[in-house]
Formats: sequence, C-alpha cells, structure tokens
Amino acid sequence: MAADVSALPTLTGRRQGRGLRRLRRFRGVPWISLAILLGMIVAAVGGPAVSPHDPNGINLSATFVPPIWIEGGSWSHVLGTDNLGRDILSRLIAGARISLVISLYAILLSGGIGGLVGMVSGYFGGFADAAIMRLVEIQMSIPPIALGLILAAALGPGPQTVVIVIVLTYWTWYARIVRGEILSLKARDYVRFARVAGVSTGAIFRRHLAPNILNTLLVLASLQVGQVILFEASLSFLGLGVQQPDVSWGLMLADARQYIQHAWWTITLPGVAILLTCLASNMTGDWLRDLFDPRMRQA
Amino acid sequence: MTRFLLSRVAQSAISILGASVIIFVISRLSGDPVLQMTPIDATPEMIANLRARLGLDLPLWRQYLVFLGDALQGDFGQSYRWEMPAAQLILDRAPATLLLAAAALGVSLAIAVPVGVLSAVHRGGWIDRVGRAIAVLGQAMPHFWIGLLLILLFSIRLGWLPAVGYGSPSNLILPAIALGWYPAAAQMRVVRSAMLDVLDSEYIRVGRAMGVPPRLLIWKYALRNAAAPLATLMGVYFAGMIGGAFVVEVIFAWPGVGRTVVEAVFSRDFPVVQAGVLLSAVIFVLSNLAVDLSYGLIDPRIRDGR
Repeated sequence: MAADVSALPTLTGRRQGRGLRRLRRFRGVPWISLAILLGMIVAAVGGPAVSPHDPNGINLSATFVPPIWIEGGSWSHVLGTDNLGRDILSRLIAGARISLVISLYAILLSGGIGGLVGMVSGYFGGFADAAIMRLVEIQMSIPPIALGLILAAALGPGPQTVVIVIVLTYWTWYARIVRGEILSLKARDYVRFARVAGVSTGAIFRRHLAPNILNTLLVLASLQVGQVILFEASLSFLGLGVQQPDVSWGLMLADARQYIQHAWWTITLPGVAILLTCLASNMTGDWLRDLFDPRMRQA
Repeated sequence: MTRFLLSRVAQSAISILGASVIIFVISRLSGDPVLQMTPIDATPEMIANLRARLGLDLPLWRQYLVFLGDALQGDFGQSYRWEMPAAQLILDRAPATLLLAAAALGVSLAIAVPVGVLSAVHRGGWIDRVGRAIAVLGQAMPHFWIGLLLILLFSIRLGWLPAVGYGSPSNLILPAIALGWYPAAAQMRVVRSAMLDVLDSEYIRVGRAMGVPPRLLIWKYALRNAAAPLATLMGVYFAGMIGGAFVVEVIFAWPGVGRTVVEAVFSRDFPVVQAGVLLSAVIFVLSNLAVDLSYGLIDPRIRDGR
C-alpha cells in the first residue's frame, strides 16, 4: 500500500551514491497515508474556512442531491446532500474536527496515565506492581463497548463519555507495554550504575527512563488513532457519543440509516471517511513502529 | 498442572469480581434512578419509600454487598421498564446472541482458513496480496458500516436477503458476515503464519519427496498441524464477537443481549444494563480462561513456568 519512490531519476557516478542514500532514507514512507492524514488535519483545523457550506445549514429545496459524478449532481454540493439538504462534504469536514479533538484528548490522557502507571509499576515492582497489573486484568475483562454502554447510561451520552471510555479502555494497553519496556531498561548497566551512584529516583525517571520510552509511546499513540475513530463512530452511531447539532461520522451514518433506500451516498461517504482515516493512521503507525523499533516489527 | 489450573481459575474469579465492582460503581455514578421512575408531582415521601424499597438509602458499600449477594443468586432486580427480572430478560435473549456469535465465528473461519492457507502456499502471489488487502481493510471498517453496506447491497439492490428479522436461516447470513468480517482478518494472519511454519517442516518435505499429492499434503497433513494455534485463539475471537454483537444486533434488529442492553441504556434501565454487561464480562473472562488453559494443556513450558 505504501508508495515507494523507485520512480526517482537514474543518476550516475558519485551522485548516484547520494541518490541511493536518499532513496533508502525515504523507503517505505507511506506518502499516501500521510497525505490523507494531512488532509484530515487541514479539514479539522480549517473547519468553517475550508467548508463550502454550513454543516447544519438546512435547505429543504435541495434534499438528496446526489454527488457530482452521478446524474443530477451539482457543483454546489460536490458530495451531495442528505435528507435535510445539508451539504455532505461540509458535514464530513465538521466530523473530521470532532474526530480529531476526541482522538487528541483520548490519546493524550490514556497515553499519559497509562505511561505513568506503567513506568511506576515496572520500576518499583513489588506490591504496587502486582496491584496495578491485577487492576489491568480486571479492566480488560469488560468489553469496551459494554463499558461504553454502562458509562453512557450513568453519565449521559456525549463526547466526554466517549473520551472517558477510551481512556478507561486504553490506559491498560499503554501501561502493560511501558511496564515491559521499563523492566528491561531497569536491568541496563547505565540505569543500575546511576542508582548505585546515588542519582535520585526522579532524575532516573527524567533522564534515563522517560526519554527511552518516548518512541514506544509515539508508536502506540499513532496506532491508537484508528481505534479511537472506530470507537467514536460506533458509540455515536448507537446514539451514545456525539450528539446533534454536533456532527460526527458515526452520527451521520445513524441519521442516514433510515434513508438507505433513497440515497446510498449518505451511508457510504461517511464510512469512506472513517475507512480512509483509519487506514492512513494504521499505515502510518506501522511505519513508525518499523522505523523506531525493528523488534516490534510483525512477521 | 493443578496449581496452574487453580491459579488461572482464581485469577478469572477475581477479574469477574472486579468487573462487578466497576459495573456497580459506574451505575451509581448516575445519580438517582428513583427520580427517573417517579412522576414529576411525586411527594418526597413517595420518593423516599421507593428508595427504601429498592435499597438505595443504604451506604454504597452495603449496596454493593447486597448487589453482589443478589447477583450470585442470579437476581439483578426487576427491569424498570419491562417489569420482569432483569436476569430473566437477559438470559432469554442470550441464545440469540450466542447463535449470532457462533455463526459469525463460522463465517470468519470459512473466509480465514482457505485464504490463509492459499496465502501461505502461494506466498507473495496474488491471493496473498488480496488476503493482506482484505485484512488491512477489515481492520479499518467499523462493524456497523459493513452491516449497512451489506444491507444496501444484498437487501436493497439485489433483494436476495432480508435486512432485519429473526427466525429463519436467511436472517442470520448478513449479521453473521458483518460480525465475522473483522476477526476473519486476524485469523487469516494466524493461519498464514502457522502454515508457513508447517510447510517448512521436515515431514512435509519428506511427504512431498515421497510423492504425496500436494492437495492431500496441504489440506490434510499441513492444515491439521497449522490449526492448533488457531484453535487456541478461538476463545479470544469468541470474546471479541460478544463486544461486536452490541452494535451488529442494533443494525439488524437482532433480538439479542446487545440490542436489549442498548435499549436499556436509553431508558436508564440499570438492572438490565448491569446484568447484560456483567454477562458479557463473564463470557469474556471465561473465553480467555479457556484459551489460557488450552495453552497450558498443549505447551508444558507455560504451565511449569507459573
């Protein structure tokens, strides 16, 4: 899937050596995925500035306008309109924003909490470690969607509920992997010598442990983006996540469900947005993992 | 071996107990179900009476012990909405969910095994590439969207299969595909890598040298050995299906536990939500326990390591 750069012009002599080095450096860079992610970020940040219409602008004289490549499509609504005449492209752009904001909060919180817990658990070991790992196991015994349902019942549906569920589900993921990393770092000579030399625990964390797990955290975070987007879409689809008048891809699909007979584009396009974003972030995550940590590379 | 078994069973029991604490605490975060159940013009005495009747006036930890004691006897309280025992309601719906999960497991295996085997046999060939593309795509598509696309194509465009309903085998096909698609991707990779290992082994090469027909060699002798890792992971896949069923059941109006719990969430019918979520946690934990135990049975190194 990843685009390669084998189409570089052929070079001769010494310049070829430089060209090959450059070629090797860019080998496997998922250009298409990065471009998709960049597009999503532009849509999310640009919001109203890049969106052709108001995402909630109802126009009852232009309902179910098909996309431009279908007969009857119009340039004013490139991807068509839904049952209330709202512009689908504008709504997809608004949905990108919600997805990005939820991903940002969810990933920072679950990565931060899980990373910290994993570091403490791995470094100090003993009772705290045993207790934390048991907690991780308990947490993992409830299916994430079920946890989302019970939280939504208790706290009410909304984007904050989605973030809480994702954080509750994913901190265990970070905690377990970071703990494993710390266990192996702890046994390294430079950490042991630092301890013997009387370096304070805080300084060991800051100087020796934290910098070494940053790559791992980055890889985990990039792989989590796709999961967060799928999860948010599922919860919003069930009516437990993002609520009207906010726009989310999952919610668009839930709305479109009733009109599945009239307008196929209203249920395919938001799904395509989900698919592309997930695919792009999974690919980027795989690439980062291979780049930073060949040991984690999958067979 | 007994020690390994006992310790895993104990761990699972602790996990289920912990899950019950989480479920209980979260359901009490919501504030007062009593206010939801009483009319707006209810007098304070009426509210206090109802609260005392439901045991909601006790301290939280005592409420938990009551909840746990009742739960152990299979009593999760009356459903506020259906006015029948919540556990009864959930158990009535469980067979439909289990049927769906089993069918989905069948669908995923029917996709994963042939594609996985052929991917390994023709490594790097077109079927390997198609298989990998399916796997990558499958991981990026939410269950419910696959479900909607299936309805769009097979129910609305082609009119081959019903979109919603329950009871006849034709109702089962689309939901099972929607639910089985996602695990199929993971299983395909397991089968492929196990087959690659087996195909490289001595006895397959000997078999080939002796002139055993390739079809027999691959589909009988090699596959039988490559199936072991897949079999041990079956519990994990089954557990995953239980989570996915919550969404798929809603789309196809499937009368299972998932849809019942989703509906109960909207009416804040906590006994039903608690019973359903706890049941899914129990199935989840037991499936994973089964996996661990089967590992222990197959690989002595694991059970001795504990």
